[in-house]
Amino acid sequence: MTANPALAVRQTINHLEMRNIVKRFPGVLACDHVNFDVRAGEVHALLGENGAGKSTLMKVLYGLYRADEGEILIDGAEVSIGSPTAAIEQGIGMIHQHFMLVDELTVTENVALGLKSSRGPVLDLDKVEARIRELSGAYGLQINPSAPVWTLAVGERQRVEIIKALYRGAELLILDEPTAVLTPQEVEDLFATLDRMKRDGRGLIFISHKLHEVIAISDRITVLRGGALVDTVPNQNVTRATLAKMMVGREVILVQDHAVVEQGAVQLALHNVNALGITGQPALRDVSLEVHAGEILGVAGVSGNGQRELAEAIAGLRPISSGRIELGGIELGGIDVASWSVARRTDAGLGYVPEERMHDGIVQEFSVAENLILQDHTHAPISRGIFLDFGAIAQRSRDLVRDFRIRTPSIDTPTRSLSGGNIQKVIMARELSRNPRVLVAAQPTRGVDIGATEYIHERLLAQRRQGSATLLISEDLDEILALSDRIAVLYEGRVMDIIPRSEATAERLGLLMAGATAG
Amino acid sequence: MAFPISIAIEKRTADVPRWMPAATSIGSVVAAFIVSGIVLWLIGSDPVRVYGFFVRATFGSWAAISDTMVKATPLILVGLACTVAFKMKLWNIGAEGQFYMGAFFASLVVLVPLVPAGTPAIVVIPFMAAMGMLGGAIWGFFPGFLKARFQVNEIITTLMLNYVAILWNNFWIFDRWSDAGFQMTPTFERNAWLPRLSDLAREYPIFSGITLHLGVVFGLLAAVVVWWVLERSRWGYEIRLIGDNPHAARYAGINIARNIILVMMFSGALAGLAGMSEVSGVVHRLQERISPGYGFTGIIVAWLAKLNPFGVVLVSILFGALIVAGREVQPSGIAQMIQGFVLFAVISSDVLLRYKVRLVRTRADQNAAGEAA
Repeated sequence: MTANPALAVRQTINHLEMRNIVKRFPGVLACDHVNFDVRAGEVHALLGENGAGKSTLMKVLYGLYRADEGEILIDGAEVSIGSPTAAIEQGIGMIHQHFMLVDELTVTENVALGLKSSRGPVLDLDKVEARIRELSGAYGLQINPSAPVWTLAVGERQRVEIIKALYRGAELLILDEPTAVLTPQEVEDLFATLDRMKRDGRGLIFISHKLHEVIAISDRITVLRGGALVDTVPNQNVTRATLAKMMVGREVILVQDHAVVEQGAVQLALHNVNALGITGQPALRDVSLEVHAGEILGVAGVSGNGQRELAEAIAGLRPISSGRIELGGIELGGIDVASWSVARRTDAGLGYVPEERMHDGIVQEFSVAENLILQDHTHAPISRGIFLDFGAIAQRSRDLVRDFRIRTPSIDTPTRSLSGGNIQKVIMARELSRNPRVLVAAQPTRGVDIGATEYIHERLLAQRRQGSATLLISEDLDEILALSDRIAVLYEGRVMDIIPRSEATAERLGLLMAGATAG
Repeated sequence: MAFPISIAIEKRTADVPRWMPAATSIGSVVAAFIVSGIVLWLIGSDPVRVYGFFVRATFGSWAAISDTMVKATPLILVGLACTVAFKMKLWNIGAEGQFYMGAFFASLVVLVPLVPAGTPAIVVIPFMAAMGMLGGAIWGFFPGFLKARFQVNEIITTLMLNYVAILWNNFWIFDRWSDAGFQMTPTFERNAWLPRLSDLAREYPIFSGITLHLGVVFGLLAAVVVWWVLERSRWGYEIRLIGDNPHAARYAGINIARNIILVMMFSGALAGLAGMSEVSGVVHRLQERISPGYGFTGIIVAWLAKLNPFGVVLVSILFGALIVAGREVQPSGIAQMIQGFVLFAVISSDVLLRYKVRLVRTRADQNAAGEAA
């Protein structure tokens, strides 16, 4: 060995192995002696619940974490990957769930960003562009290299990310939940691209928790649970049921509450609501819907079709440009609350579980107790005049932690150190403790483990029995189908149709979600 | 051959123990004094003697302690002013201007005058304190309002208003209230002076020459009040909430605009009280350059104290001591140098709270060890 191995340019990765990877976080064994390998020309799916160790394992591979034990081998030679830069040098690329693109720059500029120009101080964007066209032709990645990124749809941005990785010489690509933000059609395009890359001899790691996609695209499937490897199986004769059982460790039965609840008066009504999105584009177009007491109205749709704006408009966090939002039944007489402040709507009986729970729903630095009194801090018994009553706060918090089975060391623990599922329980506990007349729940179980998901579903159904009107916004069709009485489908800010659950099938909803009008 | 030991820096995933923030702060102050000591040694002086002299000059006698506390008083109040605003991530860089406006408004009581001559101190002093806080609060209101209403960057407005306040003061001192052409007003009557310990020298000779005045009590009380407001009151909950996550605050229905204005006024009032305390407790007149930059030092104080009101008191005493020491040693820049090192060390010590720093043996060394065995 005379040559410096770091200088040798690696052309291909035939076989990448991760052996006995151990990663500990204080109190948690995130990866427990995990073995994982990918070969050139295969799609290897990595399956598991949130917290199963998928992302930790991939972050180790991409150099974002350092493993406490274990080794990574490329074609039999041990490598040390201390940073993403080192990973890229080894030919490993990663497509993150959240895109790392600069909106104001063009596709070409984004791809060239951070790379040395072949002309020294002078930009070589024309060369970059030519290479982008080459890559996009080779792998079916339709893209206009001179378009600014902010003009691109989500699916297109993902293509930019893939091109970026390929441009940097990625032989092995890690795709972190790449389908979460795509329409069914875009998923097909992505799968076609993955197929071409695979045929071209690249190795692909596909992280997902959508079982049918895993079955559709992968050659081998590895399931992780609680940080440990359950098994790696070839994609032959596997079914969704067997995979689900491997993921959860027991039979999964979706409990459905078919109990008929008598529906009451309309508690929430939207009439021709229009609103703009963050970019100033129309995000809601003439949205009209009604939710009755004792009813769950599911709102289905592909991410980014107005769900977030709908929830924010009802909660009072986003001004609407026209239309009426009516809250309350007989007591409030269907008053238009469109001009009301958030606090006033809350007092009128609106509960809101926001989509971005870490961003909007809690204060990460605050303790569990402090987060549990958000919005209630102006009311007795939590506060008296200008004083906060810490006795009452502790009492309330202990009750809620017990009632909602929030797993936390204490009520004074900073909320950021709780798991995603428990943070969501904190928010649910707070919102439901006011026994809201109307509850808007946006993506209530996204990123939440199956145990907490089951519990949250239970609470939503209990709320329905108590006569709350619930608007359940979710991108998880199974969740919508399991809980809703009626289902509204949003597409480009419009309500395509509202159909009773008995008439809803995944196929019919899928068509509506893709913008096809009911024939 | 590579150095066999490398430094591994990893982001902390768990909370640091409770004692750690305080320990790193104290440790970094000690480190700053050690580094400064090395510099002193390099320029040929004896650090031990210099530090010994510092300690005697600042804490060596009742008079020295009193001097230190007199210098610490405005820093405590201004540091608290910054703490309150910074807790809400409101970057009030205008404590200096609010200090001057506080001094100006407090002086109005005497110079207009707003009270008849011979009014007892028990009336004049609280009146002046209230006016000082009012002046500072007004000076905080403008940037607060502009930010709340028009999203004008408060860093720029508060900074610029500093100069307005200083020049405003100068106009009155030079042009209207000048004492025989000097850049100062005539000395206030005794009823406008904050009581000093030396006032009691006749009964208790021990207080002779001790200039410590009632302002220090204002400062300590203010620290308790600020702590209580931030940690125990409904308002403080909202302030911390907005500071930590404005999105969640909006979601919780909190009126952020109103809080911006109120917090800027509260912050300004504290800085204004510092201005009142200086004119009434130290110089006894309104004059040019009553603040050698207290408003800016307050920013550093608040930061070093990690926005803890009681920490502000301790850091202010340290900085007060450095100001006193700076008067006593040549060159006077040595105290400033130490101040700079302290700031540098405390801010960089944050790395230890956010990252785990470990020494690790490099792989090559492990292999070598393996072969040897």
